[in-house]
Amino acid sequence: MATDTVIDHNVDSNQDAWSGGTQPFKASYGKLMMWYFLLSDAFTFAGFLIAYGALRFSMPTWPVPDFVFSTFPGGITGAPLIFVTVMTFVLILSSVTMVRAVQEGHRENKNGVVLWMLLTVIGGLAFLGCQAWEWTNLIAEEHMSVTTNPFGTHTESGVYLTDSHGHAYEAGAEKETFEAGDGYLIHKHEGDWVFREFQTAGGTVGQQEFGPKQFGALFFFITGFHGFHVFSGVMFLLIILINVAGGVYVKRKNGYEMVEKIGLYWHFVDLVWVFVFLVFYLL
Amino acid sequence: MSTHSYEEAKKVVFKGMILLGIVTLIEVFIALLGNGHLISGFELPKLIMYPLMIGLSLYKAYFIVYEFMHMRYEVKGLAMSVLLPTLLLVWAIIAFFQEGGSWGERRQQIKDYDTEQAEGVESMNHDADTKVLEGSH
Repeated sequence: MATDTVIDHNVDSNQDAWSGGTQPFKASYGKLMMWYFLLSDAFTFAGFLIAYGALRFSMPTWPVPDFVFSTFPGGITGAPLIFVTVMTFVLILSSVTMVRAVQEGHRENKNGVVLWMLLTVIGGLAFLGCQAWEWTNLIAEEHMSVTTNPFGTHTESGVYLTDSHGHAYEAGAEKETFEAGDGYLIHKHEGDWVFREFQTAGGTVGQQEFGPKQFGALFFFITGFHGFHVFSGVMFLLIILINVAGGVYVKRKNGYEMVEKIGLYWHFVDLVWVFVFLVFYLL
Repeated sequence: MSTHSYEEAKKVVFKGMILLGIVTLIEVFIALLGNGHLISGFELPKLIMYPLMIGLSLYKAYFIVYEFMHMRYEVKGLAMSVLLPTLLLVWAIIAFFQEGGSWGERRQQIKDYDTEQAEGVESMNHDADTKVLEGSH
């Protein structure tokens, strides 16, 4: 009985499918598997970002993004989110040049592919450079680390009693005030942390405290993981770029499918940045 | 494989670049407006700001996947086998955010308990001091 069924099955309908050679999804094995790899990678990133959300919900205060990310190269401060917007544009541009490379590949235009892939590599390197600056600034200038987060948040409005060096204000000097929800950065003065003292509108005297330390760990880990994806993407782009220039894919006559596959990966890196940007910088 | 001609495809890419750029600018604009950086004294309610920014980001993601990654031109089975599993994340988000809120409540409980204990010890010390003083009389 069982044997009969199998034989009928083969003869009647699916003989072609079982003998191989057809593509149910009309995509090559490599391209399909690239999609499934990206799906699994999306779950990895989603796991990290959801962990960020869960930890953020578990803390009474959280660093204010438009205060934390308000520096710009050249010593400019008080420019909220401007630098990271530039970084986002760089990544979008490199995604656009990648689409152009894939299109030129479909036309079997080798020089076009080389040109647009080269521009994509430059875009990727520019993004990594921006990220290196951002990290350097956070670590070396603002002293944020995986375990210490000098970015705190005021829960009540009030007035500072000591200045940025930790000394009491001179008589008659104008004292700095703050509102509830304002962010502050605890500075280091001659190697020591300076926790400024303040008095809230309610009359309580207190001093600055470190912000939730999870922020530093999550920031460096998640943007680092994304940056590592960008870095490996640049490496793969370079390898395939060399192959393109060497004429490897001309012989395959499949519309430079390898460029299309690395293109999928590169767009995915941009896609993840959309959400990293949303979670870390916008919300 | 795109169904339109090469010239049309080039135009779609250019339009996509402008679109993604503008959506990003709108997001940053909402963030700055919402946090009171643009008009002093005016802050957008978070209840309006957050859904707007999440919605715009999802639109950007949709555009990247469907146009730049050519999902629009793939067989439906491929698209569904990649996109449908991501719906599992909806539950992950609900469950873990709920969990995070609960961690927050526990942290607060522990903090309250610790302050209570510290105050209790202080008042006990105080009682002991008065007793010693009374005894010396």
